[in-house]
Amino acid sequence: MKTGFYPGCSMKGSAREYSESLLAVARALGRELPEIPDWNCCGATAAHNLDRNLALALPARILAAAEKDGMDEVLVPCAACYSRLSVTRHELLEDEELRQKISGLIEADYRGTARVLNIIEWLAGVPELEKLVKVPFARRVACYYGCLLVRPAGVVKFDRPEEPQSMDLLMKKIGAEPLDWAFKTECCGAGFSVSRTDLVARLSGLILDDAVSRGAEAVIVACPMCHLNLDMRRPNIEKLAKKKFNIPVIYLTQALGLAIGLAPKKLGLQRHKVAVKFPPPEAKPPSADKLAAVGEV
Amino acid sequence: MRSDNHAHPVGRTLADRVQEKTGVDVARCYQCGKCSAGCPLAADMDFPPSQIMHLLQLREFPEFAELALRSHTIWLCLTCEICYCRCPMELDIPKLMDALRHESLAQKKVNPKAKDILAFHRAFLDSVRYTGRLFEMGQIVDYKLRSRHFLQDLLQAPWMFLVGKLHLMPERVRGRRLLGRIFAKTLKGKEKRT
Repeated sequence: MKTGFYPGCSMKGSAREYSESLLAVARALGRELPEIPDWNCCGATAAHNLDRNLALALPARILAAAEKDGMDEVLVPCAACYSRLSVTRHELLEDEELRQKISGLIEADYRGTARVLNIIEWLAGVPELEKLVKVPFARRVACYYGCLLVRPAGVVKFDRPEEPQSMDLLMKKIGAEPLDWAFKTECCGAGFSVSRTDLVARLSGLILDDAVSRGAEAVIVACPMCHLNLDMRRPNIEKLAKKKFNIPVIYLTQALGLAIGLAPKKLGLQRHKVAVKFPPPEAKPPSADKLAAVGEV
Repeated sequence: MRSDNHAHPVGRTLADRVQEKTGVDVARCYQCGKCSAGCPLAADMDFPPSQIMHLLQLREFPEFAELALRSHTIWLCLTCEICYCRCPMELDIPKLMDALRHESLAQKKVNPKAKDILAFHRAFLDSVRYTGRLFEMGQIVDYKLRSRHFLQDLLQAPWMFLVGKLHLMPERVRGRRLLGRIFAKTLKGKEKRT
């Protein structure tokens, strides 16, 4: 079984710490992640907004290259790329005529043999992850899945499209306390980060507000777009909301890396806009459950 | 009797064209409004998603289809897929929005309020076309030239560079010529014809 790796453009640039932490974790787990040879951009939001054939051809070229290299599955950690690759595989396997047309465009025969995996599916395949934990990540966390990891349900066939649980289970394995909150799969504004920063600031502000008000110490993400909007757009969010949010936003691979004892620098934690600092354990405010238990809420 | 069994004296409508492309039959929408209730940007749209469906359902009035094509809504749609997830008739509204955007673009009916969104998409695809990947530095410059927002995020770029997130040189894919041919046969070819 050969598992390939599709980093996507963000993980080479604005989300390089996601890639750094993933590769550091993979090394520690003894897993190899060879990149798909000569991969191109998946086309993201721009391609499917402007042209259907282009939006199918770009991911098909990537998947065809993976197949040619003998990969049985492809890990796509970016949730947005994961969505584009999954949608393309789904549509081309459903429609033979379309598959032939797109194969013609990419000048290669796309067969659809390589499965597309997201980061949670890949990590869930690690046996006895709990036993590798050296420093439990004992923090209250809000697991933020975003839209594209879990939707459309019929295409990705992964977890529940609303109120998913897979990341929460993973966080429990490394000693964290995942919180019940309302914005797990609400949209952060995604690709409007530059063109409509005002909308992104509003939508992302609602997400942070809910996480903070429920006592979360960190928001855990699995998507470079979500991270960009919740972390790098923090000044815009705070300006619009007229308040400060100090909560750090970290990739699940960074949380996992810390738990298995990797150095913060190796995980790229120094590259965030919002400093990854946690209150010392004794200064932690009691969680909502505990307050309810003593009748304070 | 289904409402879509009526004879349509108006001929081939926008609803028919999008159904051909996406398989979404707008006549099946019974206007429950769950899509609009869940849409994170419904309040910012000129027509929330359920009203776009209604505009397409009124086949006898091509001026309503025109409103949908010229709407701000189709460009504000984030493809977050929450409407499709909650639709009791399982209508793939995000896919329908894609088809409406393509038609709006082909007929040059893009809402002027969406010009920045469109400028960003075009700048993004320019980068993919010439290098094979997204070259963020190039895309930012391209977007600023297209949108004329020269002062926006001026301090963001130096910070990104300092933390190692912004590269000054693009990574180039070897298969660029093939990508050029794909663009010529899809997006670019279509834009030349219109």
